[in-house]
Amino acid sequence: MTATTTTTTADATTSAAPEAVPVKRSAAMIASIADPGVPTTSAPFGHALAALGERDQRVVGLTADLSKYTDMHVFAAAHPERYFEMGMAEQLMVGAAAGMAAVGLVPFATTYSVFATRRAYDFLCLDAAEPRLNVNIVAALPGLTTGYGPSHQATEDVAILRGMPDLTIFDPADALDVEAIVPAAAALEGPTYTRLLRGQVPRILDRYDYTFEVGKAKVVRPGDDAVIVSSGLMTMRALLAADTLSADHSVELSVVHCATLKPFDEATVVAQLDTDRTAFTAENHTVVGGLFETVAGALVRRGIAKQVNPIGLPDEFLDAGALPTLHDKYGLSTQSVVDRVLGALR
Amino acid sequence: MTTVEEHRTTVERERHARVADAAYEIRMGVLEQGEAQGEGYVGQALGIADVLAAVYCDKLKYRADDPEWEGRDRFLLSIGHYALASYAALAAAGVIPREELQTYAADGSRLPMSGMKTYTPGMEISGGSLGHGLGQAVGMALGLRVQGRDDQLVYNLLSDGELNEGSTWEAAMSASHWQLGNLIALVDLNGLQADGRTDDVLRLEPQEERWASFGWDVQRVDGNDLEAVLAALDHVTETAAAQGVPKVILCDTRLANGVPVLEAKDKLHFLRVAAEEWPIAKEQLTAGHREAQS
Repeated sequence: MTATTTTTTADATTSAAPEAVPVKRSAAMIASIADPGVPTTSAPFGHALAALGERDQRVVGLTADLSKYTDMHVFAAAHPERYFEMGMAEQLMVGAAAGMAAVGLVPFATTYSVFATRRAYDFLCLDAAEPRLNVNIVAALPGLTTGYGPSHQATEDVAILRGMPDLTIFDPADALDVEAIVPAAAALEGPTYTRLLRGQVPRILDRYDYTFEVGKAKVVRPGDDAVIVSSGLMTMRALLAADTLSADHSVELSVVHCATLKPFDEATVVAQLDTDRTAFTAENHTVVGGLFETVAGALVRRGIAKQVNPIGLPDEFLDAGALPTLHDKYGLSTQSVVDRVLGALR
Repeated sequence: MTTVEEHRTTVERERHARVADAAYEIRMGVLEQGEAQGEGYVGQALGIADVLAAVYCDKLKYRADDPEWEGRDRFLLSIGHYALASYAALAAAGVIPREELQTYAADGSRLPMSGMKTYTPGMEISGGSLGHGLGQAVGMALGLRVQGRDDQLVYNLLSDGELNEGSTWEAAMSASHWQLGNLIALVDLNGLQADGRTDDVLRLEPQEERWASFGWDVQRVDGNDLEAVLAALDHVTETAAAQGVPKVILCDTRLANGVPVLEAKDKLHFLRVAAEEWPIAKEQLTAGHREAQS
């Protein structure tokens, strides 16, 4: 099922109804994040996990009543004997995943980011992270990737988790990152948290000379005028913005992608920022406690005074609505990034 | 010449004596640790000593010289503050040296006040945040089964206070859903939690009905009656994996059991004991054990 955003006309069926106006409607909880013209891959996580399960019998999948919405259903169909529907019980799911890891399995457990972080934090922390178990939490709807409002918008998931010792945090940019992260997470001994992009996931990093490496930030695109340090889907937006800036405005924007938010590749990022280029961070997350503050901390620790313009979500509960509208409103859309860069260069 | 029946009785008597000795040893180990710190969750640890003795010294499959042996049964202590009871049991089982109990809760010790997997050989989880053990036990039991190893049993000792936590009931529901016959919950019902009596804090009864309604095989025993505890454990181990039903033994225990000078105290959740009382406590424990043996 592909969730799409459509424009339609509301039915004016009663006299009390407002005058019919075109409304943007989000057809499903999970709206597409693909920009026009960007190819997509279907359920990259589910297929990557199913493939890993072929090679490694220790791999098991768990979900908390969200298999279809986290692409876990692909693994479930391929390996039903190693798939566990745990019900709408996130604390149990994370604890049970830790128990499975403790007896030699390699669990991947899925739910939405809000539930993995807000609801199951204590279980991830003490059952999985403190004993350094190979528990892999794969969480859909990170940041602002649904129009359902604050109950489902995990705008602060990274802020919640960054302080957890021994947890590796991944923020993939596209389908290729997602596919690379799955075996990498399994190979790591300790726990991981991945901000999952699911459904029809854009594929963009194959246009560049890029390979995913755990713990490494990569300069995906060079550029002399400005530099943007980004993670997650905002790397995709930054790359698309860079194309527009180059073509239409003769501005060359460098994009530094941080697929691993923790441990953070400070050396690479600081080296890229310690230049005279205008600098930005871009994250699908509140500007509190995420990539921007990680970068700021890295700069301050080294005594580098450098202005960095944060592109990210405001420190507030966000609106419900259609996702494209919300990405425009809160500055995550490609055009918003273009405008921010041009505004700062002006 | 002895009859089969007489032989069986002798074996049972020896078994009982062996476990009673272990319970005594565990209680003494608890008192030694309590004395080293002058205070602690001594009441709970004395109360659960008989259950731990029966599990560690009669039931649990493990290798004392190889605590990480893959084929072992798992004993999960989710009540982290009962750690001193577990340490005494691990000493009685030969997993850690008995002398090490003197380091309980000291700087640099492998025996922290709240039990953690990363510190102590034989500790299977990092407990302490209550309501975590049973969920992990579900994962272990399920994980062992998927690997064809469900002859290995998973025990989780939890407290009545932990029954306040919703996560415990998520796990209880899941255990019966997955038909985890290799999972055994031991619930210490001592009736006291941090803020007072469990009946006053958050009513837990009727316990048998609640667990039964969640699909568990339920037994309720006097947790300080060694014969009753052993019989209940015999039932669960004999019917373990094949039956496909998780088992719970609800153990009514008495705080500070076996040590009258401590039983008489009123603040039993966290005991503070004067230095001169510890020798009295040990003497009472030894006297009581001798009397029971005779």
